[in-house]
Amino acid sequence: MKLPLLLAALAATPAMAQDKPVLTVYAGESITSEWGPGPKIEEGFEAFCDCDLRFVTGDELSRVLMEGERTEADILFGLNTDVTARARASGLFAPHGQDTSDLSLPVAWTDPIFLPYNWGETAFIYDETRLENPPASFADLLDAPDDLKIVIQDPRSSVSGLALLLWVKAVYGDDAPEAWAKLAPKALTVTKGWSESYGMFTEGEADMVLSYTTSPAYHIASENDTTKKAAIFPEGHYFMAELAAQIRTTDQPELAQRFMDWILTPEFQAMIPLANWSLPAKLPQDQWPQVMRDLPRPDKTLFYTEDEAEAARGPALDEWLRAFAG
Amino acid sequence: MAAGLRGLTAPEAGGAVAATGLALLVGGTLAAVAWAAQGLGGLGPWDWRAVWFTIWQAALSATLSAVCAIPVARALARRRFPGRGILVTLLGAPFILPVIVAIMGLIAVFGRSGAVNDALRLLGLPEVSIYGWQGVILAHVFFNLPLSVRLILQGWQAIPAERFRLAEGLGFGPRDVARHLERPMLRAVLPGVWLAVFLVCLTSFTVALALGGGPRATTVELAIYQAFRFDFDLGRAASLGLIQVVLCVAAMGLARWIAIPAAFGAGLDAAHRPAAPGGWRRGSDALVITAAAGFLIWPMAAVTARGLPRIPALPPEVWEATLRSVVMALISALLALILSLLLALSLARGRLRWIETAGMLPLIASPLVLGTGLFILLRPWVAPQAMALPVTVGVNAIMALPFGLRALIPAARTLHGDYGRLADSLDLRGLARLRLLTVPRLARPLGFAGGLAAALAMGDLGVITLFAADRPTLPLQLFQLMNSYRMDDAAACAVLLMAISFGLFWIFDKGGRLA
Repeated sequence: MKLPLLLAALAATPAMAQDKPVLTVYAGESITSEWGPGPKIEEGFEAFCDCDLRFVTGDELSRVLMEGERTEADILFGLNTDVTARARASGLFAPHGQDTSDLSLPVAWTDPIFLPYNWGETAFIYDETRLENPPASFADLLDAPDDLKIVIQDPRSSVSGLALLLWVKAVYGDDAPEAWAKLAPKALTVTKGWSESYGMFTEGEADMVLSYTTSPAYHIASENDTTKKAAIFPEGHYFMAELAAQIRTTDQPELAQRFMDWILTPEFQAMIPLANWSLPAKLPQDQWPQVMRDLPRPDKTLFYTEDEAEAARGPALDEWLRAFAG
Repeated sequence: MAAGLRGLTAPEAGGAVAATGLALLVGGTLAAVAWAAQGLGGLGPWDWRAVWFTIWQAALSATLSAVCAIPVARALARRRFPGRGILVTLLGAPFILPVIVAIMGLIAVFGRSGAVNDALRLLGLPEVSIYGWQGVILAHVFFNLPLSVRLILQGWQAIPAERFRLAEGLGFGPRDVARHLERPMLRAVLPGVWLAVFLVCLTSFTVALALGGGPRATTVELAIYQAFRFDFDLGRAASLGLIQVVLCVAAMGLARWIAIPAAFGAGLDAAHRPAAPGGWRRGSDALVITAAAGFLIWPMAAVTARGLPRIPALPPEVWEATLRSVVMALISALLALILSLLLALSLARGRLRWIETAGMLPLIASPLVLGTGLFILLRPWVAPQAMALPVTVGVNAIMALPFGLRALIPAARTLHGDYGRLADSLDLRGLARLRLLTVPRLARPLGFAGGLAAALAMGDLGVITLFAADRPTLPLQLFQLMNSYRMDDAAACAVLLMAISFGLFWIFDKGGRLA
């Protein structure tokens, strides 16, 4: 078979001719894409680190877990709050060494390993030109007529879908199965990921889509479109943060630490909101971009600790499946 | 193995080696995942539901696709009209559409705010819903009707013109033609068509999730995804991957048991089309062609109308990714052609029938299992970054094999049956045989297979999310745009992707028909 030869020929990537130390950062494709925060982070860090920050795109956690201590990664960037238990159990990560007592988060953050750099909450987004009377509470949403159509994401394949699972559990507790039973007929469909759902919503297929409280900011800032709104529920919204962590066995401990130190600085925090359409983890509210400051904020934020979430998600998935697959 | 290869001809040996490689790849990656998990995991009740739903929807999709394809293929085989050639090529397009693009198109036409429901509302009729199992089936028929039509049409074209002329000479009516020529041909071709569609639908994932309406439409592939992502259970993922392989092998056995090779003998390739009966059959053929064309082309037109205006505004990164994707697709196609030709030629000699099974295996290899297994296997030897693009190219070539083989195997068998002994007696061997006999006689299916491989490679999102992809391909860029809320740019990207996939397919296919 000629396959290996051809593959090898294609694999020959030009070697980078430089002596600068390399900081290898594993991150998801939404981070490193041309339209994500990756390019700005790379530029900003290289401006002062005298190093080469190299993003490696892919399924960062699965990959590093499989590579174990031999991983080339120095930093993992873009982890979600739902995978910290699994990541922590691997013992591959080192403490971030930051003071997290005065973050601009609605929840207290004491995790010594995983450092949040931005956050948001799950919310149902609607278009006010299409849905004139949006539900005013989660209870309203459940009691709405079934021709109010929502699109959600599958908790088995999507981070936001999993957050919805925990959101409903946090609001309804043992009554979650009844809540799901009311919500299920309104679900037009359940998609694999967030982008398919959101695409269906913008195409006018559904009245509401499971997304984030910060989603309207994109439409306002980039499209001058003020018709997309997050429905704010008094029962509370589920907290989600994106996290960074350094690898314990890194061969660039100083660089990695400098990167971790940089994350909570105003310089880094100021560029995050409009690059990642998310709220900064440590920045006084008056320094947020205007569009983020103007967003309606929920009064109540719901969040499970890692252990609670880990314990809840299995049974919660079963309840969800029962309601939707009946 | 070496001893087993003795006594085989060169193409047979090559085919045997290629097939063994395939079996090792599919089996090896599965084993690697199971090994990493230290054994296979047990399955829960939801997993079994997923298995049953998968079988059910795949069987229904395959049956509908094959049954609907028969009248379309027959109408196209016996009618000549301006634009027929273009229509035949266009009808092939949905199969090579990236899944996400096709879903966009179907929703634009059949969705809640789509054209069909707008029309129904105007007429005061009840709306139809694309969400639910019916949406999954609709999308699968949309994807696979084209493949079925093309394969069946090739069956019609493979009946030598002499037989049709003889039938005319004997005064056969349409019924007699159906009985003596068409039905034996269908008997030979349909099981393979059904099987191909069935297997495609077995591993369906994005379609089932986007249009399935919810977890009622959970397929095995999603269950594998869940095992990987939600439960972090590699062992269960490996078990589910194994179930997919077992389903595939069982379906292949069934199809082989049903299929009976047609024996029409060799013809002189005279240009001749089957008799075109007049009367009501003329009208029904026109209706069938119009309906199929409308069903298949409308969604694509809807996607085009939405995205076309934005194409000039696409950022330069998209064009870089486009070039990268085209080069990768062409290399994939070349690899796929070499491999499928080797496999088909050795199969045609009839002694190594297991090769056919091996050739179909890539179809049911779960992309997630394949990607993870490859990662585990390759990781100790090479840096994953360096392997990202080559592995994508190689895997895409292999993933396209089953479709190429479906077109090539019957043609190669016919070639061997009709000309094999003559060529052997003339001692026509090696490259000379390839140049003078094999390639000219197989030009059409080769072009079709190459076009399919190139187009499928173009649209593939990559089974290898674990490998680094610092230089994104066009489909990945489409996803990145969607993930950054840029739905308009994503729509433009989708049109670009569709146009290039289709262009590649057209060039290969046309090349094959001209040769």
